[in-house]
Amino acid sequence: MKFAVIVFPGSNCDLDMYHAVKDELGEEAEYVWHDSTDLSGYDGILLPGGFSYGDYLRCGAIAQSSPVMDEVKKAAEAGKPVLGICNGFQILTEAGLLPGILLRNKNLKFMCRTVGLKVENANTLFTNEYMAGQEIQIPIAHGEGNYYCDDATYDQLKNNNQIVFSYADDFNGSRNNIAGIVNERGNVLGMMPHPERAVSDLIGGSDGLSLFKSIVKQWREANVSHA
Amino acid sequence: MSVTLEPNTEQIKEQKVYQQMGLSDAEFAMVEKILGRTPNYTETGLFSVMWSEHCSYKNSKPVLAKFPTKAPRVLQGPGEGAGIVDIGDGQAVVFKMESHNHPSAIEPYQGAATGVGGIIRDVFSMGARPIALLNSLRFGELTTPRVKYLFEEVVAGIAGYGNCIGIPTVGGEVQFDASYDGNPLVNAMCVGLIDHKDIQKGIASGVGNPVMYVGAKTGRDGIHGATFASEELTESSGDNRPAVQVGDPFMEKLLLEACLELVKSDALIGIQDMGAAGLTSSSAEMASKAGSGIEMDLDHIPQRETGMTAYEMMLSESQERMLIVVKKGREPEIVELFEKYGLDAVTVGKVTDDSTLRLVHKGEIVAEVPVDALAEDAPVYHKPSSVPAYYKEYQQMDNVEPEVENYGETLKALLQQPTIASKEWVYDQYDHQVRTSTVVSPGSDAAVIRVRGTNKGLAMTTDCNSRYIYLDPEVGGKIAVAEAARNVVVSGAKPLAITDCLNFGNPEKPEIFWQLEKAADGMSEACTILDAPVIGGNVSLYNETNGTAIYPTPTIGLVGLVEDLSHVTTQDAKNAGDVVYMIGESFTEFGGSELQKMVEGRIFGKAPSIDLTVEAQRQQQILEAIQKGLVASAHDVAEGGVAVALAEKAFGNGLGMDITLTGSPTTALFSESQSRFIVSVSPEHASQFEQIVQDAKEIGTVTDSGELTIKSEDGSVWVNDSVDALRASWKGAIPCLLKSEA
Repeated sequence: MKFAVIVFPGSNCDLDMYHAVKDELGEEAEYVWHDSTDLSGYDGILLPGGFSYGDYLRCGAIAQSSPVMDEVKKAAEAGKPVLGICNGFQILTEAGLLPGILLRNKNLKFMCRTVGLKVENANTLFTNEYMAGQEIQIPIAHGEGNYYCDDATYDQLKNNNQIVFSYADDFNGSRNNIAGIVNERGNVLGMMPHPERAVSDLIGGSDGLSLFKSIVKQWREANVSHA
Repeated sequence: MSVTLEPNTEQIKEQKVYQQMGLSDAEFAMVEKILGRTPNYTETGLFSVMWSEHCSYKNSKPVLAKFPTKAPRVLQGPGEGAGIVDIGDGQAVVFKMESHNHPSAIEPYQGAATGVGGIIRDVFSMGARPIALLNSLRFGELTTPRVKYLFEEVVAGIAGYGNCIGIPTVGGEVQFDASYDGNPLVNAMCVGLIDHKDIQKGIASGVGNPVMYVGAKTGRDGIHGATFASEELTESSGDNRPAVQVGDPFMEKLLLEACLELVKSDALIGIQDMGAAGLTSSSAEMASKAGSGIEMDLDHIPQRETGMTAYEMMLSESQERMLIVVKKGREPEIVELFEKYGLDAVTVGKVTDDSTLRLVHKGEIVAEVPVDALAEDAPVYHKPSSVPAYYKEYQQMDNVEPEVENYGETLKALLQQPTIASKEWVYDQYDHQVRTSTVVSPGSDAAVIRVRGTNKGLAMTTDCNSRYIYLDPEVGGKIAVAEAARNVVVSGAKPLAITDCLNFGNPEKPEIFWQLEKAADGMSEACTILDAPVIGGNVSLYNETNGTAIYPTPTIGLVGLVEDLSHVTTQDAKNAGDVVYMIGESFTEFGGSELQKMVEGRIFGKAPSIDLTVEAQRQQQILEAIQKGLVASAHDVAEGGVAVALAEKAFGNGLGMDITLTGSPTTALFSESQSRFIVSVSPEHASQFEQIVQDAKEIGTVTDSGELTIKSEDGSVWVNDSVDALRASWKGAIPCLLKSEA
């Protein structure tokens, strides 16, 4: 499986995403600069964390108008897996691929720590290697990870099982502790925690590996013919 | 139509305009002699900034000459953007620490942020990929609104810059003492990795080669920042706020990526950061190092504001800029490379053969100065030194124990002293994991970063107990280096080299200069005996507020090599049943200790003594035991003594400890004697461990009780408390102080 790691000016978790896929998963990955206008050669799209355009405007607001985002939208429409982590999640909400918005953490400070996450929906292409209700340990590192949406959107998320991860404890103020959501179709996941930082015990945990394995497994089942 | 209001040469001389820029009468006379004429306004500015202490080290050079700087593994010592040490396999580690104290005292967020930005540029201007940041911070007591504000904003500034640019902030230290009330210290360190073949130098060679300006545009910010850094802070220092620069980490991220792409190009001849003294220092130093000259047309300098004068452009310390020299004819590909990142890359001049810095502005020559005169020929002062009265008095004092009634309560109180208390409130705001190579995160003795693609790691720490140095600069200087080395050794690494920030008061005061000299003597001896040469750093003098100096604070940044990641060791006790050993003896040494400060409200007496030969031997033996896989956890004994060290060992995994100590309880628990370590070892490795580490003495076991129990040989219990309760006190102290009303 071949992944595109989209690099915006100011992305800084692109390296982490790349190595998670390449070194720990053994799959192909390539960096794709934000002005690219062709993602047809990739099976999965990864939007990494960081501070695209310095986040000097609203987080992700400038990145969402990059040329590559039209291609990301096409990939999403084509049903390809699209994963946005941290700043990537913020970009996906700004681009309208996911509902809601990320506000500043309730204590108004950047936070970096490992937190407990509950797998709310293990029946997505991103989570089929987890168990429903499983609690995993994943690092977070964000200043604006306080997920907000209106009541109607929340009901919709809830009824469609679009809430994929929630925080075990409230620390940033997110509505109903929401940590990650998918679109209605289930092929676009945005999450604030960093599974790509939890792919090896050497660097403090490997609970994030199953997320990437889920994507690859699903893709294999759909695309590799059984000989 | 702009009107120039700059003084002419006669006015400069007669009205002594040069004095406002920091030049003395004698120095101005030297400039006149060098030039054979009176300098104009711009030229006076060039000399004043290049001859400031910050750029020329004119007061500290004789002291810096004491440091050992060489070893076969040292590829680049002091003098370039950062020092470089070989780590094998064609790779090297690049690191440096630098102060940003004065700006942070006035505008803490931007002062700290640009301190981080500056040190990152020093590292990538060498061609290295920055992989980690550390910070050594000092503030006054956390009791006034002003100090709380400085502390919160400095931390936010460091976080704002480091998090955005995507370099993990993995370690450092924060200490609090009244001497830093009006003059906080912000020392930022950056560590980078490089392949030998990519090592760059800041040289301007090859007559006719173009000099190019890359990165952010030049504005009027930070003009005379280096001069401002070389003065004492006063009540009116707030007026110098325009001398503080404003950081743009996003711009620097782009510049970083562009420059690291650039160093792979054979078109590049030399590259240097425009740091302190901006365009002036980068151009003069690059030419001076190459034995060449530089001619620049200032009309081509990318400018953020209109109507800037030559003086303003040359002295601006706008951030995120680099000066590069490339091969003639290759300019278009350089422009294209920087365009990809949306950055300016503009030819602003050329390399000449006349050893002169010649500046043209609006068609006229506005400055013509020998480059060596700016970069090399600043006067060097051998300042008088004298032994301060306080030192003589303290040396006469006997070592006595502070009075302690309840040992358990004293331990709890010590754990809540902000210098000892958990710094989680600080490092929770730093992204310490980005780049996914952080093997040991903040909170242990040293941070460890893996070297991706190898099985090696780099351990790194900053350290300096300035109270000891105040009491006895020579002994304290030895301790600072020894403790930094200890932190790295207990993490499983062999010390490679150090960088230092010498933060002192006004060197024109003989007692202050004496502190500087003696501290350097002590540091030098420790560096030699512990085999950790100095590969760079900086000097920050004039750290005084309204005439009162900070404690002398020569901060040490030390990097060590973990030869195999399986050697990585942390301070947390790992398994119940493990044997706890102490290495080293506890003497009645409380001068400058946390206990003395807490009980007496001040520090006095002698600093703890240190025998560097014993220190070196213990460090070697402990490292050998760690490398042989015999050690489960290791921690050095520092502020607060053995009791605090034991508590810290218990916090990580919540295990208990059952410990028996000998001697007087106050000394056994809280003395700050040097060269001591506490390690835990699984029982099957105990005898082998004892054979290697000669001074190891068994003092107890790790338990699963969740209780820290420390008792005497006759069974009387000195401390018995739940680890959870102790941890809560330790973790809650700083957030609690910040919330409390001043």
